[in-house]
Amino acid sequence: MSVIEFRDVSYHLSDGRAILRNLNLEVHRGEILVLLGRSGSGKTTALKLVNRLLETPRGELRVDGRPVSEWDVIQLRRHIGYAIQEVGLFPHYTIERNISLVPTIENWPKETIAQRVGELIKLVGLTGDVASRYPHQLSGGQRQRVGVARALAADPPILLMDEPFGALDPLTRTDLQREFLSLQQTLEKTVLFVTHDLREAMLLGSRIALLEEGRLVSLSSREDFLASPDPLVKKYVEAFGTAAECSAPRGSS
Amino acid sequence: MLCPARQLMNFWNFVAQNKLEIADLTLEHLWMVGAATLFSIAIGIPLGILITRKPALRKPVIAAANIVQTIPSLALFGFLLPAPWIGDRAGRLAVLALTLYALLPLIRNTYTGIKGVDRAVVEAARGMGLTDWQLLSKVELPLAASVIIAGVRVAVVISIGLATIAAAIGAGGLGELIFRGLAMVNNDVILAGAIPAALMALSADTLLGWLEKRLSPPRAA
Repeated sequence: MSVIEFRDVSYHLSDGRAILRNLNLEVHRGEILVLLGRSGSGKTTALKLVNRLLETPRGELRVDGRPVSEWDVIQLRRHIGYAIQEVGLFPHYTIERNISLVPTIENWPKETIAQRVGELIKLVGLTGDVASRYPHQLSGGQRQRVGVARALAADPPILLMDEPFGALDPLTRTDLQREFLSLQQTLEKTVLFVTHDLREAMLLGSRIALLEEGRLVSLSSREDFLASPDPLVKKYVEAFGTAAECSAPRGSS
Repeated sequence: MLCPARQLMNFWNFVAQNKLEIADLTLEHLWMVGAATLFSIAIGIPLGILITRKPALRKPVIAAANIVQTIPSLALFGFLLPAPWIGDRAGRLAVLALTLYALLPLIRNTYTGIKGVDRAVVEAARGMGLTDWQLLSKVELPLAASVIIAGVRVAVVISIGLATIAAAIGAGGLGELIFRGLAMVNNDVILAGAIPAALMALSADTLLGWLEKRLSPPRAA
């Protein structure tokens, strides 16, 4: 069953420039669909249309079978976790308050929130002592883990992730990618994941969608992606050289 | 010729003999500035917030506040004299004029403070489903607080200085001593008005500067 569904979705800037053209795409329950593409390919735009950070595309975009325009926008966003490269932690809140903001707003009981925060901190591989610290006292990798924990806080069934590991050093990035993968296999969230990094796409994606200039160039399973005869896919793969090596082990962590 | 020690003694004598009046005028001065500051906060901060929400209003609002600020203060006090209800009470008129002057720093700092909040923080907040009110009250205002207080600080210091001119329309305050001293060509009288006003401005500046620092969000090292 498709959780997110793009049907003939186009998006234009106010000056008429097309950012997305006739995108058709379905994200299935429990999968990680990776939107791959270079800067300006429209992948972030596609992501932001889902939680309506960008409004009113042409065509039809559904979440859980309902057009996003018919959702109450706040309900829609609370239904969807959102993690971005810059993380955007609240600098004036402790880690605990950062993670618990949405549950607090939704009036969860205090004990439930405290328990949930403890659980999430462990889940993303941090130790309890970070709870009382402020974002600026954490390393980039720790901050990004908190960002993921915050996105998961109210247990949304869907996650949107915009290059969440992009700003990290390669070692930390690989750690987080692997941890996220095993996390996702336990939680079975439906994930729409944006990246320009082919290695990341090969590691995380159940399926990979390549976007180029706002068009969907190729959509295939991870296994079939590298073998795709499409010239644009080939070009992308060549640019990453030995990326194929990274595709082998999955979920082994 | 004037001998400094002698001069100082004269000054202290004047202050000692008139301490009640000076205290009275200081209070009056404080009252004018305090009332004007409260009004300008009550008007300026909401206006500053409004123009972050309605970009089309930004230019006209800032321009209007700018124009007020360019009117020479004495002229503004004069302009307002014929206004009904206000004109017959010099104190109210002074408060109105001071409020108008204080608006610009408040509107501008509220606007820049909110606009200066890290884009990623705002995007994350909206993305996780905060309503506009929650975004404002939980994220933007706390993070803009120190910039807004900096605006209050500027407004208060300007007001304390400007309020001395209010005496020209009979609103009282420490300006009364300054004007009287000018008319009498007596430095002691001028100083008895000017020094308390300067001290008041300095302490307000220090206090609000401290508050500004306290409210600034924790920064990345």
